Amino acid sequence: MAIAAPPALRAIHTHTVVALLEDRPGVLNRVVSLFRRRGFNIETLTVGHTDLPDISRLTVVVEGDDRIVEQVVKQLYKVIEVLKVSDVTADRVVTRELALIKVATGGTTRSEIMQICDIFRAKIVDVASDSLMIEVTGTQDKVESLVQLVRRFGIKELVRTGRVAMVRGSQGVTRVDDE
Amino acid sequence: MVTVSKAEQRASHAERNVEGQRLGGAQILCEALLREGVEIVFGHPGGAVLPLYHVLTDYPIRHVLVRHEQVAAMAADAYGRIKGRPGVCFATSGPGATNLVTGIASAMMDSVPVVAITGNVPTFLLGGDAFQETDITGITLPITKHNFLVKDVNELAETVKAAFHIAGTGRPGPVLVDIAKDVFTTEAVFQYPHTVNLRGYRPTYHGNMRQIKAAAELIAHAHRPLILAGHGVVISGAYDELLELAEKCDIPVGQTLLGLSCFPQSHRLSLDLVGMHGTSRANRAIQECDLLIGIGMRMDDRVTGKVSGFAPHAKVIHIDIDPAEIGKNVRTHVPIVGDARQVLRALNSVVKPAKHPQWLARIAEFEERHPGRQWHPADGLQVPFVVDAIYRATDGDAIVTTDVGQHQMWAARFYPFDRRNRWLTSGGLGSMGYGLPSAIGAQFAAPGDVVWAVVGDGGFQMNIQDLATVREHSLPIKIALMNNGYLGMVRQWQQLFFQHNYSSSYLGSPNYVKIAEGYDIPGRAAKTDDEAVAAVRWAMDTPGPVLIDFRVAEEENVYPMIPPGGALSDIIEDPRD
Ligand SMILES: Cc1ncc(C[n+]2csc(CCOP(=O)(O)OP(=O)(O)O)c2C)c(N)n1
Ligand SMILES: [Mg+2]
Repeated sequence: MAIAAPPALRAIHTHTVVALLEDRPGVLNRVVSLFRRRGFNIETLTVGHTDLPDISRLTVVVEGDDRIVEQVVKQLYKVIEVLKVSDVTADRVVTRELALIKVATGGTTRSEIMQICDIFRAKIVDVASDSLMIEVTGTQDKVESLVQLVRRFGIKELVRTGRVAMVRGSQGVTRVDDE
Repeated sequence: MVTVSKAEQRASHAERNVEGQRLGGAQILCEALLREGVEIVFGHPGGAVLPLYHVLTDYPIRHVLVRHEQVAAMAADAYGRIKGRPGVCFATSGPGATNLVTGIASAMMDSVPVVAITGNVPTFLLGGDAFQETDITGITLPITKHNFLVKDVNELAETVKAAFHIAGTGRPGPVLVDIAKDVFTTEAVFQYPHTVNLRGYRPTYHGNMRQIKAAAELIAHAHRPLILAGHGVVISGAYDELLELAEKCDIPVGQTLLGLSCFPQSHRLSLDLVGMHGTSRANRAIQECDLLIGIGMRMDDRVTGKVSGFAPHAKVIHIDIDPAEIGKNVRTHVPIVGDARQVLRALNSVVKPAKHPQWLARIAEFEERHPGRQWHPADGLQVPFVVDAIYRATDGDAIVTTDVGQHQMWAARFYPFDRRNRWLTSGGLGSMGYGLPSAIGAQFAAPGDVVWAVVGDGGFQMNIQDLATVREHSLPIKIALMNNGYLGMVRQWQQLFFQHNYSSSYLGSPNYVKIAEGYDIPGRAAKTDDEAVAAVRWAMDTPGPVLIDFRVAEEENVYPMIPPGGALSDIIEDPRD
């Protein structure tokens, strides 16, 4: 009998799965329904257009061990409009998230916030008398760190996208062979 | 009134060519169905499909009016199983469509090709909660292989083509096509596509040769190999290939509930049913085997029991057309994705002949201790006795359908099949009420065959109204009602696991013979062994439908049994053994 690893060391971590879908009504519903029904834990889910007019691209961050993620990939493939699925977790990938953060500003804090934004290469996209809106793009860690740093000034509103991912180099989750 | 036979209609329809002509949607649908080889549809009309029903009478497509849409879906399911191509059902919007749901879900769980066609409210009312609108594509999304909502008549023909293709290929399953009412009456140029364009749908039929060789290698080194054969063998028609593999390598074959009738049960290598109410020898063999070969089955929990205690000494080869089933429940050493027949053909060409006399002798010991086809004479008529009487009277050659419960398990155990694809039961969903509708579908699919519906008194009453359909078409179905006055399987669980507390499992008994007679179907009751044998004989000698009310013992249990949540080794044998 193997001794179970403590929770933190177990192979349960998040996986980034990318799927190409036919861009038709109801497809996203099918995919989301699949995750719900099979009890897959989604951290984020992002869908958008690709360079091809009839294909959209889904990036989903799922929690689970390898066996669960294997099921995620296989079950996704069973959806008729799903054209290609890749678990890119182990690949060299660029991942990005975007956040808009509305932070309260007082007389002295404004410049402090702007300095922090500089360091994070975040942009101030709106200014009001008592608040700033920050736009930040980066990995989940980076976005997370900035949010933590500005929290003490008072976050009035926060919105984050899910993760998008792309494999580095010339290979990737691209075209679906059309025969 | 001038009546034209469907055969005459078919002949005249074959001559006219409507390709390129403008037709209404309802006609386009019928033309499409004809091109898919559809001869019969089970359905029930209503507002949203009236334009379809109006044109249907012009076509050489037979429509069987059922008395509840669930029966339409289940009859289409049975028809699909017997024919090996999609059965078709029609229903109207709203309640008509929702009544199909249990039948569709059953077909999904059992991988049966069905095309369900529903009408919906007109496109301009869709989404507005109009009278009898339901989001049936939303409702059936998780219980169909795929579904479509057609709002544009120009997409109708290609949608129907895709529906039949998806339902009938790969791992078969139900496909629902929901059609807005105005589509039926809007015209378009009819052009039936020759091919489908489904980029994301490409089932794998041929197994990977490297894996097949790896499987052959495991088989060559196994001392105690075992095959678990499932519905996939029936669906792919891999009977000969399975027999060849078993005989060539001397491997015993257990069958899942839906795998029954895929391997001759009189064969020395047949272990018969595996799983929760499987034979003692089959389940014990699983626990001792060193190689398990799953073929066209999905390691369902009713087969494996507690997974951690399942086949503890075995390496696993798993052959299935659905990659998602492999490794889902049981750790697999050699996964082979492909059609059972294709894979077995390839495997048979690379395996070496073997003999396993010791292993088979060991299994024979299990059988000797707890014989699979023995029951204990007890007070009252026993279901195994009745099933055996039917088996003898039909030379084991009937198509047998069942409801769900104790009688289902006894039918599975005491009607050994040598012929292929003669067994229709709701295995995955376990839908009570399946027995009569499936007998109807089967009898239409195989008009010359003898069909016995072995039904429970609980399940039968869930679709009893369709005795009317049986009568209307004079279907010679022999209904064997196993009347124990209880929801027997529920009562058994309550007895064994809920301290005998028979909470809401007692049914009592209406006068079933009178009910049958009310539908003009001859009926008779049987209380003793002699009466039972005579009644079965009478049923066989009586043309047309009959019903026999077998007054079987009330409180019998099905053994052996794997307790829920237990491992196969926790098997509960009959205390009287
Ligand atoms: C539609 C449906 N409802 C409930 C159940 C749960 N269930 C499984 S077996 C059973 C009892 C069936 O009784 P009966 O048809 O009389 O068959 P018996 O077990 O007595 O042979 C029930 C209620 C089911 N399988 N299907
Ligand atoms: Mg009963």
